Amino acid sequence: MTAPSERLTVCLTVNRRPVEQVVEARRSLADFLRDDLGLTGTHVGCEHGVCGACTVLVDGRSARSCLLFAAQLEGRAVTTIEGLTPAEGLSPLQESFRVCHAMQCGFCTPGMIVTATELLAQEPAPSTETIREAISGNLCMCTGYVNIVHAVEQAVAARVAGARA
Amino acid sequence: MKPAPFRYARAGSLAEAIALLAGAPGENKLLAGGQSLVPMLNMRLARPAVLVDVNGLRELIGITHTPEGGLRIGALTRHAELAASSAVIERAPLLAEAARHVGHAAIRNQGTLGGSVAHADPAAELPAALVALDARIRMTGPRGAREVAADAFFRGLLATALEPDEILTEIDIPAQPPGWGFVEIARRPGDFALAGVAAVVHVGHPLAPPSPPRAGEGEVRLVGFGVGDRPVRLTSAERLLTGAPLDAESAARAGAAAGPDCDPPSDVHGSAEYRRHLATVLAERALLQAGARVAGGPR
Repeated sequence: MTAPSERLTVCLTVNRRPVEQVVEARRSLADFLRDDLGLTGTHVGCEHGVCGACTVLVDGRSARSCLLFAAQLEGRAVTTIEGLTPAEGLSPLQESFRVCHAMQCGFCTPGMIVTATELLAQEPAPSTETIREAISGNLCMCTGYVNIVHAVEQAVAARVAGARA
Repeated sequence: MKPAPFRYARAGSLAEAIALLAGAPGENKLLAGGQSLVPMLNMRLARPAVLVDVNGLRELIGITHTPEGGLRIGALTRHAELAASSAVIERAPLLAEAARHVGHAAIRNQGTLGGSVAHADPAAELPAALVALDARIRMTGPRGAREVAADAFFRGLLATALEPDEILTEIDIPAQPPGWGFVEIARRPGDFALAGVAAVVHVGHPLAPPSPPRAGEGEVRLVGFGVGDRPVRLTSAERLLTGAPLDAESAARAGAAAGPDCDPPSDVHGSAEYRRHLATVLAERALLQAGARVAGGPR
């Protein structure tokens, strides 16, 4: 048992890098990533789990980083949009978003890509309906949903074509 | 929107969690999946002194078969696990279906069965499913362990039989009969339902395959959600169907009878009148689903 405390040390992995840091108990994972680690690719929208902009992967599964406290992440592995981006250039999914013009202001894009990454890991060739349902928890206030769905479909098609080649 | 300062403690065992809660019951809160609690903290609708993180309590995790053919499900079971569990799909498919309707993937990965039940949002899917399934909610605290039938557990808006110093530990679900239905209307997939209905038609109903007589024979359980201050048994509709054939005509009559049992809220998403109308239509549809499953043999 840890004694109840307003500040504590947390050890976790962020984008495959070990991190050990003292945090305030009320520090959200989203604020921890952005303000303490400088990983500003994770966007903070509604701060109550509705908009999906702050979605990250925790041990490979999507999670709202505004609904987790950094203190809870002891021993866990967090992956943010930075961790899904290659050192050079773009990932195939990101490239597909670029080609399909699947972003307007770009605010929702990191959350969309993280959500789509989990979807494609679980279901390599999802139907349009499944893609729509998967991203239904991510709000795009520019309402650019059609191109986002196209981008995910395009990424699937590109992978299938790549596998055949 | 940041929560007010609080102290955080990670419980290493159920006994530790009980001791931590007992420090200041009502002021100290349990943190499980956090998908309902953390928004309330961020909006400062809740200001606990201590958050007791129970996510490490292995004794609250797991889905096991009971000798009676039912399931015992640990309170920390995540919605995504419920939806994907072969044991749940086989023995309580209504619960798996309800879990698929909760929030979005990111919410289902974190949110827990126990958390949803303890939070008791009247529009939530899982509480209604548990009432329809006649589940028993098990909890423990400084005065020992006890269990409460789901019917009696939900007491009103966000109010339950769980005392502030108690921890919800497991949920026991009897073997589910083959006749079941689950329908809801929401603005988007993953939103809380404007209204929904869960139906269970017990073995022994005139339409069910012959089986030895047993308790609950001929019983129909119909539960509405989003249509009152808690999961609402649609008893008028249930009474019309008990021991009577379930067909398109009786399902329609029962659906129409469901309206007066509902006392839904009016808000920006829909008027009380609209939600009551939805309840009648959805009750009929849930019954038709249940009837089709009974008539169709194996689900």
